[in-house]
Amino acid sequence: MSEKKFDYFIQGEKNNWEVIIGLEVHAQISSQSKLFSSSSTKFGAEPNTQVSLVDSAFPGMLPVINQYCIEQSIKTGLGLKAKINHYSVFDRKNYFYADLPQGYQISQYKNPIVGEGEVFLDMPYGIKKIRIERLHLEQDAGKSIHDLDPDNTYVDLNRSGIALMEIVSKPDLRSPEEVSVYVKKLRSIMKYLGTCDGNMQEGSLRADVNVSVRKIGDKKFGTRCEIKNVNSIKFMQLAIQYEAKRQIEILEENKKIDQETRLYDTKKNETRSMRSKEDAHDYRYFPDPDLLPLNLNKDLIEKIRKDLPELPDQKKDRFIKDYSLSSYEANVLVSEKEISDYFEEVVKTSDKKLATNWIIGDLFASLNEKNIQISDSLVTAKKMAQLVNSITSGIISGRTAKEVFEIMKESGDDPNKIIESKGLQQQSNPKELEKIITKVIESNKDKVEQFKTGKDKLFGFFVGQTMKLSGGKANPQLVNDILKKKLK
Amino acid sequence: MKDLSKNTLCRLISGIKKKDFSSEEITKSFINNSQKAKKLNTFITTNFDKALEDAKNFDKKKNFEGLLSGIPIAVKDLFCTKDVKTTAGSKMLSNFVPTYESTVTSNLWKEGAFLLGKLNCDEFAMGSSNETSFFGNVYNPYGDNLIPGGSSGGSASALAASLTPATIGTDTGGSIRQPASFTGTVGLKPTYGRCSRWGIVAFASSLDQAGPMTQNVEDCALLLEAMSGYDPKDSTSAKIKVDHYSKNLNEKIKGLKVGIPKEYRVDNMPDEIDALWKRGVEFLKDAGAIIKDITLPHTKYALPSYYIVAPAEASSNLARYDGVKYGHRSKGNNLIEMYENTRSEGFGDEVKRRILIGTYVLSSGYYDAYYIKAQKVRQLIKNDFDEAFKNVDAVLTPSTPSAAFKAGDKKDDPISMYLNDVFTVPVNLAGLPAISVPAGYDKNKLPLGLQLIGKAFDEQTILNLSLAIEKRAGFKKEINNWWKS
Repeated sequence: MSEKKFDYFIQGEKNNWEVIIGLEVHAQISSQSKLFSSSSTKFGAEPNTQVSLVDSAFPGMLPVINQYCIEQSIKTGLGLKAKINHYSVFDRKNYFYADLPQGYQISQYKNPIVGEGEVFLDMPYGIKKIRIERLHLEQDAGKSIHDLDPDNTYVDLNRSGIALMEIVSKPDLRSPEEVSVYVKKLRSIMKYLGTCDGNMQEGSLRADVNVSVRKIGDKKFGTRCEIKNVNSIKFMQLAIQYEAKRQIEILEENKKIDQETRLYDTKKNETRSMRSKEDAHDYRYFPDPDLLPLNLNKDLIEKIRKDLPELPDQKKDRFIKDYSLSSYEANVLVSEKEISDYFEEVVKTSDKKLATNWIIGDLFASLNEKNIQISDSLVTAKKMAQLVNSITSGIISGRTAKEVFEIMKESGDDPNKIIESKGLQQQSNPKELEKIITKVIESNKDKVEQFKTGKDKLFGFFVGQTMKLSGGKANPQLVNDILKKKLK
Repeated sequence: MKDLSKNTLCRLISGIKKKDFSSEEITKSFINNSQKAKKLNTFITTNFDKALEDAKNFDKKKNFEGLLSGIPIAVKDLFCTKDVKTTAGSKMLSNFVPTYESTVTSNLWKEGAFLLGKLNCDEFAMGSSNETSFFGNVYNPYGDNLIPGGSSGGSASALAASLTPATIGTDTGGSIRQPASFTGTVGLKPTYGRCSRWGIVAFASSLDQAGPMTQNVEDCALLLEAMSGYDPKDSTSAKIKVDHYSKNLNEKIKGLKVGIPKEYRVDNMPDEIDALWKRGVEFLKDAGAIIKDITLPHTKYALPSYYIVAPAEASSNLARYDGVKYGHRSKGNNLIEMYENTRSEGFGDEVKRRILIGTYVLSSGYYDAYYIKAQKVRQLIKNDFDEAFKNVDAVLTPSTPSAAFKAGDKKDDPISMYLNDVFTVPVNLAGLPAISVPAGYDKNKLPLGLQLIGKAFDEQTILNLSLAIEKRAGFKKEINNWWKS
């Protein structure tokens, strides 16, 4: 198979342009309580019901680090094949906003908990490595709600203080497609690790997208713009496409790009300037004197490393080896932990090749159609295995199985029950089939003559007639075998 | 009614136990005094009714389990007290009533004490004369129009005027020791991390430390023991066992080595301060200590470093006072205007000055030159002490370069005001414990104190040395009650 070549370039009026993208992904750590307080992190609670005195920055309140969040970020760092820093520091990022109660965000600036790592993307043109620059811990801000009242802003502090991991990539991404695969891969790794639920609707995963363009062949990066807080992969892709074209138009007019922070308007599909470099906040970072530097014990890191689960890349290799899957099949099956678990459950008791086809084919189609996760499918792994087994054991044909699956996906019924109650079992009794075939031959003697004189194509006719007479239940393999014998 | 207010804390505690008097009688004595001392302006909030109730309840049950059983105590208004207004001396928090109790005050109440009231202080503890409080100046019982020092000026004044048997303050650059020195009282700043900062309105987090202010060294040891301890709610609090300071208190200091740092002999220091220092040396020698000359070479850089680090932290710590969640809020046509008006009106001049300095030194382009350099100097100052403590057990210096001054004298000259803290600031930068003990008077009959600086978590040694000085100095309170009405 010849590999496709990378070909995402944007044609301008004068030149072909390459798009350079770096991502700062904000991933909410899966934890019961916030980064520096014991308030709950549960999504969807009534406004301001999960807010402690620390989260709302009352006088004299002090942050105390949530050890579990530290372990979660170490785990994520290891999942990104990154260096875990034994010494890291919490800094204050100072700015005023109504939903930032302290007047500063506790973050990590010069000394993050996780250093350089890497993520591998399976692209149609081969494996692409994306380098990770760092992962640091920080607290989320609250939420300002401007549209409840014409004169006032409402503030909900439920999110205030929730733990985030900011994962910063190097500017290694070159197309919206790579961005999509990258974000999905990060999400997949974190879900495997259980460190982030990856739920973009609930805001558990957002990204700031840095975009610049350069003429093909140029070595130097162009001036970049940062698009803040994009919360879906589709919007990231659209924003990048819009932003790249905007920059190209400016450059082709021989004008300069202003380094600035921009907002993506999802309704108008455009990016707008938020603030220029001159207006950029001076965050006045300095080490938070309320928190001691974080000194990580080597044993703790090693213990977490030892307990690390199998990650998508390793699982893919194993699937290829153990189940003789193609790289494509393995990739699809490991993309989400739930899918890989489902797959392994099914093939434990059924034919791996057939099961793979059924999962990637009909099951995925049904998930897409219903827009649901594999865990929500009524066709459980156990039932899927039963269905596959009923094919391999000759109880039903592949074609009938599709009929059974249609019922299963709507009702969640047991396949054997469906086959039983609808009488869909194949006729696999040779004696019974012989009777039917004898009837077919006797009532079509002219055709038999023609066949024997060389009209091979008529074989299909006899098969069809036999199937018809059996009410579609005849085992096609057996029908073939018997017909061949009888027509000799 | 018998006036019990002249008794020391320890005497009051033993008196209640021996049934010489009741908690109610003690409480009434202090309330009575306080009501006649309005001119000193020490209280921002009184808690007299509740205190009397607490005293009566105590007298009914007479539970003597705590170290401070049955004792009313007024505290600096920087400690958050549940259901009692806590202002930090600022308009910004002039109506703020916490729903929580600071760890340090909780510790006192657990030991059987109860709250008498909240004492005036410089706004957000920023000041050395108690002239920056939104609630007005505090005056020193030693003289009309005389300042008590700051920022724990209300605490020092109330203590010296017998309005509370003991009190607690906070010390970021000398805010316990300097007012103690100015009012003839004992004040101790514990090792950083000895007392929890949880529930104390923050000024500069890496320097702030609560500590006892008392009539004598024995009381100081007891109160320190009661208020100290590890607190999981403060990440910088130390997991080190608290000594029985009061039980272990003794003046057997024979053979202890005390260092005299030559760098503390500053320009324009009055002769009488120098003389006091020499007397201190004699007292310690008399008690059997060995005096050694030492050097703390980076001392002169302490004050400028402090006035970078402390405002930097303060500028960030005070960002939460924005009018959004609690405290003072001014009107504005939009969020920014509301912020500007709230903070312009809610903060006084000294606080604004420090927020500006702090914001400046943390700004990009200046951060390395100021903040980072100040942190390096801070490390050098700490190293100086580490080096010195290889050869000595404690260091003796004057507490302040002068005695108390008149209100208004230095108010418009921040630099000369800041110089007040020249002997106390290095201790905060190094995180060490230090105590100011009254040792004599100047020519105007104003009290002067000596400072003993100890090794980290070795409060016991400086308490014992102070006891030796106290015994020999024979300091007697000489107050003419000018303020009494």
